[in-house]
Amino acid sequence: MRYQFDWSVLWSGQTGQWLLQGISTTLEISVLAWLLAGVLGTLSGALRTAGPRPFSALSAFYVEFFRNVPLLVWMFFWYFGIPPLLPRLAQDWLFAHGAEFWAGMFALGVYHGARFSEVIRSGIQSIPKTQLEAALSTGLTVTQAYRFVIIPIALRLLIPPITNESLNLLKNSSVALTIGVAELTFQTRQIETYTAKAFEALTAGTLIYLVLCLGLSAFMAVLEKRCAIPGLIARVTPAEH
Amino acid sequence: MDFSVIANNFSFLISQGLLGFGKFTGGTLRLAIPAIILGFILGIFIGLGRLARSGWVRVPATAYVEFFRGVPLVMVIFWFWFVIPVLLGVPLPEYTVALAAFVVFEAAYLGEIIRAGIQSVPRGQVEAATATGLTSVQTMRHIILPQALKNMIPALVTQFIVLFKDTSLASIIGYVDLTKAAQIVNNREIRPFELYLFIAMVYWLCTYGMSRYARYLERRLSHA
Repeated sequence: MRYQFDWSVLWSGQTGQWLLQGISTTLEISVLAWLLAGVLGTLSGALRTAGPRPFSALSAFYVEFFRNVPLLVWMFFWYFGIPPLLPRLAQDWLFAHGAEFWAGMFALGVYHGARFSEVIRSGIQSIPKTQLEAALSTGLTVTQAYRFVIIPIALRLLIPPITNESLNLLKNSSVALTIGVAELTFQTRQIETYTAKAFEALTAGTLIYLVLCLGLSAFMAVLEKRCAIPGLIARVTPAEH
Repeated sequence: MDFSVIANNFSFLISQGLLGFGKFTGGTLRLAIPAIILGFILGIFIGLGRLARSGWVRVPATAYVEFFRGVPLVMVIFWFWFVIPVLLGVPLPEYTVALAAFVVFEAAYLGEIIRAGIQSVPRGQVEAATATGLTSVQTMRHIILPQALKNMIPALVTQFIVLFKDTSLASIIGYVDLTKAAQIVNNREIRPFELYLFIAMVYWLCTYGMSRYARYLERRLSHA
């Protein structure tokens, strides 16, 4: 193997800045998609367990359709498939305002919303039915019981699987490079293209992902400890580790 | 909207893209099926390594799993795509690169499934096997693995679904799978909405069918 290592390509010229931009775009798209996924997932997860028939059926359709199709296909669908159907004015506006970022964010959020939904549904179903009955007997309506009792408990119980899914979301944001979002993997490739130093560029990108993932899971472990409900946590997470 | 583009290119999309028959070395299934089989074989070593008593085996196996679970698959594909040619001195076809990347990546996840499966076999089974005079290799081979395998089946089907969807990422390096086939047709016909919706439905039919099958297996095996 005759390969000349040159690690300085990672900070000489523009490359350092590219990496920083990549990190910030990855975090931006992930955080926005995470918020969208959280809203969609909680809503559809709750509706699937308690909503009126048309809503629970709609949620079931959403979950089964979106999580069973590759994210890459959704990226192409939202970026190439949807804009041509919009009115001319909306198209112009979109393409003047970073359409690929918004399509990527939307694809990521809607896809992971369906996956969050399953996590949240299993969490809600793992809460003993007596909790809901007790809440209803104190005079709360079903909506109030969900809003003040069931969902707050479920979210705290679900920190480990939600952490897992959030990490998946962060890693999956790399798929957005296929539609031209300049996130971390995109920038890594760009460095490779400009400097022809594949080892160095990929090492940098890989290490940054590892640090982000390990950092996030360490943070969530602290959060999990602080939010634990004594005596309840064992119910949802069967001893797997 | 004009769905005749689907009818006109149906055989290309399905036989070339999904199954892999045609002039390109491609096909979603042609990548997914060998990848799960080879990934499973590598995964057995990783899973057993994770349970090994010796730290020299356990720590590298654990590091392998943690590493690949902390890195996006796209990144792993690029590693193989850019680095293998440098190491070997010759460029490899997309199929080989994609297959290698998927096997190595999936082995980390499959290893965890195998480890959980082995740990799900009650301790008493091992003790009983030892009491009858079996060696530890014989115990693993005749007592633990057959039972563990049965417990793993639903998780393995689920992992295959994940892998099946993930193979779409092989299109990034030019491998002609279902997604790339749709891209190729779209470049000519410019019908993105119809085409991507159609392949979404094809993917959905395959994965949903498999997930129903996984649920059925889970129910049947839990009764047994």
